[in-house]
Amino acid sequence: MADRTAAEHSAQSIPALLARNVARYGGYPAYREKEFGIWQSWTWAQADEEIRALAMGLLSLGVARGDHIAIIGRNRPAHYWAMVAAQMCGAVPVPLYQDAVAEEMAYVLGHCGARFVLCGDQEQVDKVVEIEDRIHTIEHVMYTDKRGMRKYDHSRMNALADVIAEGKAGHYRYQEELEARIAELTYDSTCVMLYTSGTTGKPKGVVLSNRNIIETAKNSVSFDKLTRMEEVLAYLPMAWVGDFIFSVGQAYWAGFTVNCPENAATMMTDLREIGPTYFFAPPRVFEGQLTQVMIRMEDAGRVKKWLFDHYMALARRVGPAILDGEPVGMLDRLRYALGGFFIYGPLKNTLGFSRIRVGYTAGEAIGPEIFDFYRSLGINLKQLYGQTEASVFITQQPDGQVRSDTVGVPSPGVEVKIGENGEVYYRSPGTFVEYYNNPDSTASTKDAEGWVATGDAGFFEEGSGHLRIIDRAKDVGKLADGRLFAPKYVENKLKFYPSILEAVVFGAGRDRCTAFINIDLTAVGNWAERNNIAYASYQELAGHPKVYDMIRGHIDEVNASVARDPMLSGCQIHRFLILHKELDADDGEMTRTRKVRRNIVAEKYADLIDALYDGRDSVYTETEVTYEDGRKGAIKATLTLADATVAPGVQLAEAAE
Amino acid sequence: MKDMNEGWVTADGRKIGGVLMELRNITLKFGGVTAIKDISFDIRDGEIRAIIGPNGAGKSSMLNVISGFYVPTEGSVWFKGYQRGPMKPYQVAQLGIARTFQNIALFDGMSVLDNIMTGRLTLMKSGLFSQAFWWGGASREEEAHREKVEKIIDFLEIQNIRKTPVGRLPYGLKKRVELARALAAEPKILLLDEPMAGMNVEEKEDMCRFILDVNDEFGTTIVLIEHDMGVVMDLSDRVVVMDYGKKIGDGPPEEVRSNQAVIDAYLGVAHD
Repeated sequence: MADRTAAEHSAQSIPALLARNVARYGGYPAYREKEFGIWQSWTWAQADEEIRALAMGLLSLGVARGDHIAIIGRNRPAHYWAMVAAQMCGAVPVPLYQDAVAEEMAYVLGHCGARFVLCGDQEQVDKVVEIEDRIHTIEHVMYTDKRGMRKYDHSRMNALADVIAEGKAGHYRYQEELEARIAELTYDSTCVMLYTSGTTGKPKGVVLSNRNIIETAKNSVSFDKLTRMEEVLAYLPMAWVGDFIFSVGQAYWAGFTVNCPENAATMMTDLREIGPTYFFAPPRVFEGQLTQVMIRMEDAGRVKKWLFDHYMALARRVGPAILDGEPVGMLDRLRYALGGFFIYGPLKNTLGFSRIRVGYTAGEAIGPEIFDFYRSLGINLKQLYGQTEASVFITQQPDGQVRSDTVGVPSPGVEVKIGENGEVYYRSPGTFVEYYNNPDSTASTKDAEGWVATGDAGFFEEGSGHLRIIDRAKDVGKLADGRLFAPKYVENKLKFYPSILEAVVFGAGRDRCTAFINIDLTAVGNWAERNNIAYASYQELAGHPKVYDMIRGHIDEVNASVARDPMLSGCQIHRFLILHKELDADDGEMTRTRKVRRNIVAEKYADLIDALYDGRDSVYTETEVTYEDGRKGAIKATLTLADATVAPGVQLAEAAE
Repeated sequence: MKDMNEGWVTADGRKIGGVLMELRNITLKFGGVTAIKDISFDIRDGEIRAIIGPNGAGKSSMLNVISGFYVPTEGSVWFKGYQRGPMKPYQVAQLGIARTFQNIALFDGMSVLDNIMTGRLTLMKSGLFSQAFWWGGASREEEAHREKVEKIIDFLEIQNIRKTPVGRLPYGLKKRVELARALAAEPKILLLDEPMAGMNVEEKEDMCRFILDVNDEFGTTIVLIEHDMGVVMDLSDRVVVMDYGKKIGDGPPEEVRSNQAVIDAYLGVAHD
């Protein structure tokens, strides 16, 4: 035990962890990739051999200490190897988003001054070639997939396989130099540099040290008791910090196997074949899978449909409790076991979730129904809250304390505090070193004591001690009477209803909240068809009294749920209207990533907001719209304003006093 | 035997070799109908050769003459310097000629993989007994063929539908599977009968790229019939234009485009 601790203590870089894993798990699989229809695998020892050969190949190309090596491609073992090999050479790996357009890529490559670029395929090479005459630092381009690359000028270009071969051939020449460079790595040398997506301004290069990555991996691995036996599927962008933590940090610390899909389109098939035990996905993946299941069940035979409905109802009732280890009656347990045989087992198998021990979702709010669906099947799906600057983990949910509306307790080693304005701050061993070449931003984000502002507002729930994120800090305000106003919190609840596409809640500085609703044409159109409601246009459907009744029903339910929350009960919606047009990025009402621009909407529809507050029943409005080809037009409409039922919450109790 | 004169190098660096196939004075009659009237042209090694023309011009018939399915009423077909006699379909395949069809001709109930494997039937050597009992050479042979097929699947980027029954696929993908099956036979000449028909712009772009890639990577000579003029002008090295069974133009795309007879055939003039 003592020497094991010593060994772990000495492993202060990813290459050192690799050496440790070769000694400890040498014969076990480290990487798998499906290629030509067959899963190929590499043991830790084989991976080490490839990585070293690649590192020596990089030395032969002249990689110097501190160089930045950009890596642009899908998840492939070779790309992970390149990151570790870069570190071995004392260089800094910089994975980039492969769907970035040439312009974005030019900014990032120019900012880090990359001398070497590894491209996954011809498509990426083309982008790099396109910007090469502007970014003069690029000296050498490497590529993994040789397809279509024959006719390129190879004076400063190499296939990755040739670089590896060169490294193998030059073994004797470069070995000494490589060993020396590996020995130079410390706990504080840079492990990786990741660019934040940059929704606000230009992307920033987040520098993460070995300490950040390894400490975070160590803590999170013990939190979820991950072992060498885990299987993960690496399918999320390599440029995203989560993938680096899961597929490099935790994989190297725990020594588990990283599986790379054949390509993006085969992800679902590969998921089923691998059956990961540890899985991460943003909510949209879970949503997509659930929709698939539901659509296919609609087409199933009556017996199957009945079985599915019957056992899913049972699962919803007792599944989460069984998963959390709460007391459940013997009869229900028996029924649940039977359901496992008939429905849950085969369903999980189809989804590729048969072996999941730990699953995480993060990034945005997940609908409670979706979350509960997976939990009720016995899949241990949990939520975490994190960001690049924290090496992912800020808070996460421990087994047995999982709910859809919290993001859990602070991860081991992380301190979290709530600022005066409700903003969440954290400090941890995973806290980033700096923004590369950007001391101003570093200083404004991380204070002298190491506390980092997340930009999100939240609070710790009394009793459970779980953190709840309510909104972006800058959007959180106060109502006229000083109660908390968190529009996104209510909007998210509304948007979980399929008929509501978008919702914009107003109320900052006013005495009560009101909302604009955008209906989802597909969902509501479908509903209208089933209920024999005739309509000729979006506008007519949106203004239909029955649609108003349905939406009012949803808002009443949301109000009731918001009312249960003492801190946020002021955010109940008193009046609402259904907009006569969809909010659109072409009209500047949304960003290209479909996030509502609250201020612009408020400005543009100021007349509608006024009407919501002055008690009128209807309002006439003209709205300018921009068509896809840039022409402008106007929509005229008379909109109905409707009241919603406000549930008795804390604020009524106060009024009574 | 015609002299195999030197080829040339195209603007994008592909080598066009000597004459691979020559059609001399082909006439094809069905009873009283003359589908093709005295047409001669050649196909060079490594080129992309387009055959265009209005509906009913005799393009598909021409393709069937090239593939050996129709025996011309008059005239001769010369392949690699030798005159070709009437042939059975398997002999055509063995010569290295593969094709896709205007109306997709795949096995709907079979998976994509199995469909493509059928493209390699003529290359399989193990006997009926060995194959039936999966014994001896058969399994080794299948592995080798499967490897080739997997490379084609990878090349055409259809890994995600490998095990999907063809009947469930959308039209554009079926076309791609058909191309994969034709490629599985490792043809010397690939005949494509309207590869882009009924496709949307994106599918067309994909298909164009695959055709160019096939030609570039494998050096396959490609003869294609196509209606989309943009596609033809972009893809092909030389174009044969047919109208009412006659050849009215032959040459590089830009030359054919400015040919008055071709313009008339497409835009329509009064025939006397």
